[in-house]
This record gives sequence, C-alpha cells and structure tokens, in this order.
Amino acid sequence: MKAIIAATLIGVLMMFVSISVKNKSSIVASATILFAALFGINIWEVVTAAQNTSGAQTFFNGMLSFDGFSLWFNMLMTGCSLLFVLLLGNEIAKIGNHVGEYFALISFILVGVFLLSGYNNLLILFIGIEILSIPQYILAGSDKRNLKSSEAALKYFLMGSFSTGILLMGIALLYGATGTFDTIGLRMLQTDALNPMALAGIIFLIVALGFKVSAAPMHMWTPDVYDGSPTPFMAYMSTIGKVAAFVAFLRLFHASFGSLSSHWMLIVAIVTAATLLVGNLTAVFQQSVKRMLAYSSIAQAGFMLFAVLSVNAIAWQGIIIYAVAYTVASVGIFAVLVKLKDYTYDGFNGLARKEPALAFFATICLLSLAGIPLTGGFMAKYFVLMAAVQQGQVMWLVIFALLMAAISAYYYFRVIIAMYFKQGAPELNSEVSNYDKLLLGVTCTLVILIGTVPQFFLHN
Amino acid sequence: MMLSSLIFIPLLFGIVAFLAKSSAKAMALLGSLASLVISGYLSAQAAHTPLTFSMPWIPQLGTQFSLLADGMSAMLCLLTAIVMTVVVLANWDNEIERPTSFWGLMLLSQAGITGVFLASDVLLFYFFWELAIIPVYFLCSRWGGERRIAVTFKFFVYTFVGSLMMLAAIIYLAMLNPGADAYSWANITRAGAALSPQNQTWLFWLFFGAFAIKMPLFPFHTWQPDTYEQASTPVTIILSALMVKMGLYAVIRWLFPALPDGVAFWSNTVIILSIIGIVYGSFLALSQTDLKRLVAYSSLAHMGLMCAAAFAKTQPGIHGLMVQMFNHGINITGMWLIVQMIENRWGSRDMTRLGGMATGAPHMAIALVILAYANIALPLTNGFVGEFMMFHGIFQSASPYHITFMVIAGLGVILGAAYTLKMVQKTAFGSLAPMVVAKDMSLGESAALAFIVALVIFLGVYPKPLLDLTGNVAQLMFP
Repeated sequence: MKAIIAATLIGVLMMFVSISVKNKSSIVASATILFAALFGINIWEVVTAAQNTSGAQTFFNGMLSFDGFSLWFNMLMTGCSLLFVLLLGNEIAKIGNHVGEYFALISFILVGVFLLSGYNNLLILFIGIEILSIPQYILAGSDKRNLKSSEAALKYFLMGSFSTGILLMGIALLYGATGTFDTIGLRMLQTDALNPMALAGIIFLIVALGFKVSAAPMHMWTPDVYDGSPTPFMAYMSTIGKVAAFVAFLRLFHASFGSLSSHWMLIVAIVTAATLLVGNLTAVFQQSVKRMLAYSSIAQAGFMLFAVLSVNAIAWQGIIIYAVAYTVASVGIFAVLVKLKDYTYDGFNGLARKEPALAFFATICLLSLAGIPLTGGFMAKYFVLMAAVQQGQVMWLVIFALLMAAISAYYYFRVIIAMYFKQGAPELNSEVSNYDKLLLGVTCTLVILIGTVPQFFLHN
Repeated sequence: MMLSSLIFIPLLFGIVAFLAKSSAKAMALLGSLASLVISGYLSAQAAHTPLTFSMPWIPQLGTQFSLLADGMSAMLCLLTAIVMTVVVLANWDNEIERPTSFWGLMLLSQAGITGVFLASDVLLFYFFWELAIIPVYFLCSRWGGERRIAVTFKFFVYTFVGSLMMLAAIIYLAMLNPGADAYSWANITRAGAALSPQNQTWLFWLFFGAFAIKMPLFPFHTWQPDTYEQASTPVTIILSALMVKMGLYAVIRWLFPALPDGVAFWSNTVIILSIIGIVYGSFLALSQTDLKRLVAYSSLAHMGLMCAAAFAKTQPGIHGLMVQMFNHGINITGMWLIVQMIENRWGSRDMTRLGGMATGAPHMAIALVILAYANIALPLTNGFVGEFMMFHGIFQSASPYHITFMVIAGLGVILGAAYTLKMVQKTAFGSLAPMVVAKDMSLGESAALAFIVALVIFLGVYPKPLLDLTGNVAQLMFP
C-alpha cells in the first residue's frame, strides 16, 4: 500500500518537475532518483511483511490485499522499471518535449501494476487494468510528429476500450450469477451446477484479459501498436505492462476459478497454442527487428499462458521468474536497438566489429529470449512448462511449445548472425558510452544470474 | 572438487583467453594440459571406484550440482582433454583469424562437453548439453568455408529441436517423482523404469531424437557432411571426435537405464537404421573426391556400427563400444589433422589434384598410413580391439536377426578398407602434385601427430588399460 501511495505521489511530483525544470537531463536524473526511492520502499515493504507473520495485509474492506507474493512481484517489477529508466532514460528524453510527463505516466502504470498484483475484488481489477492501460495509450502516441505513433495510440485506444467493454460485461455477468464482486466470493461457484451466465462471464474475462496480454486471436493490435510506438515505450509496454496483466489473469483464474478449471482449460489451451503459432510463425517473416520483437512478445505471451493453464503452485513461481527474465532481457535488447539508426536486420550487420561489447550484450539477451540454458529465459520457460507438465493434461501442448521455441531460435539468431557473421557498417544514433556498457553489463549479469541461481528471484 | 575443476578449468581459461590480447593460444594450451593432467589422474582413480561430487543447486526444483566419474565418464573426459591438447599443438604455427575468440570458444565448448560426460543430475546434464553447442555454433559460423553460415544454422536447428524434445522428456520424468532429488540419476532412472511400456515407447523418441541427431544416426544425419566440410578443421575435430560421443554416451548413461522397455521395443529399429547408416555412409565415402567429405561419411559409417553395438545390449558389445568411443576419437582426430595439413600444403582437398605425399612430405605420409590402418581396424592398431568386441556383441545379441545384422555390418569393414586405401593411394602415392607450401610437418604438428600415432600403436598392442577402465561399467549394465 505504501508503494501505491508513493508511486502516485511520484507521478504527481514528476508533473511538477516537468513544469519547473527545463533541463532534460536533470529531469531524467530526478526520475531515476525517485524510481530508486520507490524501489527502496518496495524492498522495505517486502522486509516488513516477512517479519510480520499475521498474513496478508488488507485494505479498503478487503478489496485489496497484499500477501508476500504480491509484494515480491511489485518489488521485482519496480526494480525492472528502475533498470528500464537507467538504461533508456536518455532515450526517453529524446522523444519529445514533455519528458517529465513521460516519467509521470510510467509511475502511474506502476500504480496499475501494484493494484493488479493485490486485487481481491473485480472492481479493483477493472480499475487496475484501466490505470495500467490509459498511460500506455498516451505513451504510444507520445511521438507526436510521427504519424505511425499517432496511429498506434488511436488503434490501441480504440481496441483497448473495446476490450474494456468486454471485461465489464464479463464482470457484470459474474455479478449476476453470484451477487458478488469479491474474488473470494466467486469461489462459491460450483462445478456441478455451474450457471451458464457465470460460464459466459468467465469466457468474456478470458477474452478481455487475453487482449491485454496479446493472446491470439486477440493479438491483432499488438504489432502495429508496438511498431508505431516510440521504442523505449514499446519496451515498457511489451514487458511490465504485459506481465502485470498476466499476474491479474493468474490471480483471478487460479484463486477464484481454479476449481472450475475443467470448464475453461480447453479454451485457454487453444488460445495458448494459437498464440504460440501466430507469434512465432509471423515473427519469422519480419524484416524489421523492432517488428520481430513485437511478434516475439506475442510468442513469449504464449509461454506465459502456460502459467494460467496450470493451476498449481509452480505456475506462480513460473510467472515470477518469467516476468523478471523476460523483462530484463527485453529491456536489454531494446537498449541496444535504440542505439541503431536502422531497425532492419541489415542494420545490425557487422555490429560485432564496430561495437563488440554492444553486440555481446545483445547476444546474451537474445539467447535468453530464445531460452538457451544458462540464461534467464531458459529457467523461465522451464518453470512454466514444468507447471504445465505437473498439471498433467497438456503434454501435447508442452511438446508443441518446445517446437515453437525451436522456431523462435530462427529469428533471434538472425540478429546474432547479422551482428557477428555479416559485413557491414552499422550507423549508430549516439556514441556507446562506458556508462551504457556498464549498465548493459549489469543487465546481462542479471540475465545469467536468473538462469543459474533462480532461487534468489523466487518468492519462497 | 577435482571433478568440478575439470569443468571450471577450461571455463576459466576460456574466459581469460577471451580477455587476453595476445596469448590466447598459450591459455588454450595451459588449460587443456591442466585438464589432461587432472583427467589422467581421475582415470587412474575411477577405474576402481567411481568419484562423486555434489552440492545443492536450485532447491525449489530439486536439482543438484552433482557429478559422477566412473570408468566411462573418466575415459571420455580423458579423451576430451587429449583431443583439445592435440588440436592446440597441431595449430600452434597456424595463423587463425581472431585467435582470442577462437580459443576462448574452444575452451568453453570443452567445458560444456566435459560437463556432459560428468553430470549425474539430468537438468545439469541438459545445461551442459546446450552449453557445449553454443560455442560450437559460433565457431562454425565464424570460421570456415563459404557456405558456413547457412550450413551451421541447419546444424544448430537440428540439434536445438532435438534438445528441446529431450527437455520435454526430462520435465516429464522429473515430475513423476518430485522431491529434493527429483533430477538425480537415481530418481530419473527409477521413475522412468517404473513407467508403463506404452509410455516408454513414446518417451524413447523424445530422448533418443536428441541423441540420434548428435551421433548422427542415419535419417538424422543430413546436417553432418556439410557441417564437417564447412567448419574449420579444429572445430570439425571437436564435432566429430567429441560431440558425437555425447550422443552415444547419453544413450548408455541415461537412455538405457531410464527407459528399458522403450529401448527393448525399439532396439531392432535402431539397429536397422544404424546398419543402413553403415552401408550408406561407406558407399558415399567411396564416391567422394573431397577429403573432408570422405572422412565425414566414413565417420557416419563408424558411428552406425557403434550405435548398433550399443543397441545389441550385450556386455562385450557395450564394453567394445566404450573402448571404441575412445579409439575412434583418437583416430579421427589424427585423420582430420592430416587432412588439414594436406590442405595447408597443397591448397586443395580434392583427391584428383593430390598425390605424391610420400615424396613431398614423407613423415606425414607415414602417419597417414598408420592412421589409415587404424581406421580400417587392422590388428595391432587401436581400432581392432573395440571393433572386434562390438561385432562379438552384435553376434551375441538376443535379436532374431543378429546374424543378418552382423553380416551387413561386416560389409562396412570391407567398404571401409576400400575407401580408406583409395584415399591413401590418391594422396600419398603417385607423382607429386604441386605444393603451395613445400615442407613437411612443423614441430607442433609433429608433436601432435606423434602423440596420436603412439596412442594408436600402444592401445593396439596393449589395450588392457582401456579395457580395465571401462570393464566395471559394462559389467554393471549387463551382468
């Protein structure tokens, strides 16, 4: 709760900073300091919660409750946001004139993340989804001179509003069936006498949440929106924005609908298969690395859906480790991408010769996204697939997912091939400073640590 | 501790070689010599009692960083160290582009391969399995022939698909008995062997697919000739002397105990595929003019015989196979080194443009003839013992077709003699083809080849150390 208040205050504060401070680099510096402070507050909350053995803290008559898991997730996501600001803060400052507002919007997104990890009531779920989404609509259109950015914002806004309508409809149907918004109350839904209204509500929620996590066939908005948005914000939307929606998905479907899983399991399994297929196959045919990463974020969502699918304790660990591993590696690769002028594969040609350190760090991040052992991406995929195998009914889907992972190696390795084995003179936007290299080194160290000692990132 | 040092020494030296500006080659030599000493000592110990090492790794999963060296593992670690040392020595005077990355990656792949041979936790095994392939991917793509990038990518996709299928099987087996030691060898084999035969038959292919691609077994081999041809020779040596052994080793160490009913169900199929591989590889080797492709196809034939011997599931067959794994590694290293030297001196690998090595580079020609004899498995060379025992094993196998298997596999020996002697005849004898660099072996090359040839003869005359080292393992598997 302290973190929610702090993140809101930071958002407001950043808006004032943007009025009073004109120097862009001091705005970035103050944002960095504030995010670091927020990270500190989150750590403090985790530590105090660990000492306090009385269980989850609840707020607003039980509508919000933070247990150890939610606090841990919030801390990790704030840490990732801090990493994001450190790595891409200077690039954010180049997008437009309203630098302070961008950071304010990012900290509002974090408020949404915190709400989604701790909601106990469908109304808070709705508010959380909206707080998460509306700043993203604005950020998508923040490059106002760019037509594609405006298109992205409009498309995202229209499609997002539509999915919000479906979400509300689902919530309304569930309320009609049970008479409660409370997620604990929803557990009363019985398998043997399941109200068709409730079942319709659950399906509506799958569609609405599937939209937010860009699961096929609700993924259509993703490539255009991500491709059109300014690259740093795409990094944020496709990582933290997405995994927060996943935690909301898990929280509802495991805690409230877990006992009904036989009713929705097949739908989610088909959605998972479709997401993996569409994401991976389409990513193969892209010529722009940025667009490839947009499709690959769909493919990665397909793996995260395994956590939703398998209603067990490992799935929760899986989503945590996936969230961190995917976010860290993606932020790393985006930090490399923004340095380049040309976003096509050819733009990467010969990067290893010109900037060996940059190419090396990009390689580590790409190997992680492809799920090669020793990197975080492997552990992430391992945990979610393990959860699915333990769940027991979807072995075919696990094998299918692994075949898709092999396809994903194709498009990730294309970048590595371009960097290391092709000749070319890549043009850079700016010099790669030692500070950049240091931060990327930290990022890659994190990727390796997640892949070798994941226990330090898991919540016990 | 000594076991883990076998993995960490090449890893550390590899990282140092990356960072070192000029002395990468020296680092590679130091690293591989250190591994050689340790693995030699290890082999002496492991012949009597297996060594183990274990520490907790990821408690949430129940995996341990646990290593085990029995005779077979120790022998393969020794082979890895010998091959690496020989490769460094033989390339001491060769100019390799970007030596720091090259030797750094070579040492990293050595760490991965050694880890595969030592791991006794299945997740750790999988980690090393992939850790071995990633450096090799970069080695093959960066150094080598013109078509190397596409060819390597094909190779990588093949092995990656295989590995991922294996991963599915690993998760499945580990989740049968979750617990603090879910991934240990003991638990995996217990859980697997308790499965119903139907489940074992489909799990078999998830596992064996990865190993069959690595070996490579007949229909999964299409990556192999191209990759061997396009990769630079030191890397080809790593691939053909060491990485193919990973597949065979995994079959014996993991597949046989974990899925006994699955193995029993499919063993005739696998032997038939292996024998097709022997004949197919031999005939193709006979029709090649490119030396590298010839050795590549001959390796396919040899691997076919080894795989057939494994799936014959008899004690002499397995024992001979283990001995042959070592000897094949030694022989093929020697063959590749000679091919590399020929290419350096004559500027071509095309046999129609070669000839007269006996006059142009007599020492090389002597080594070639000895290695050719070992390749044909003539008595008094190291190839003989293992091959003899493997045929013995195939003959003893419980399969109703064992005599047919043996007869057709025996055809491979005759064909092997034909293509090997043809190669010797075309390269060593005849009139001297014009040489680009007219000199015999350099000091490093002589040292490397002398070591190989000495091993060939010593282990041919006195194979007892190798037989003793692996005897216990074979006896435990098939009493």
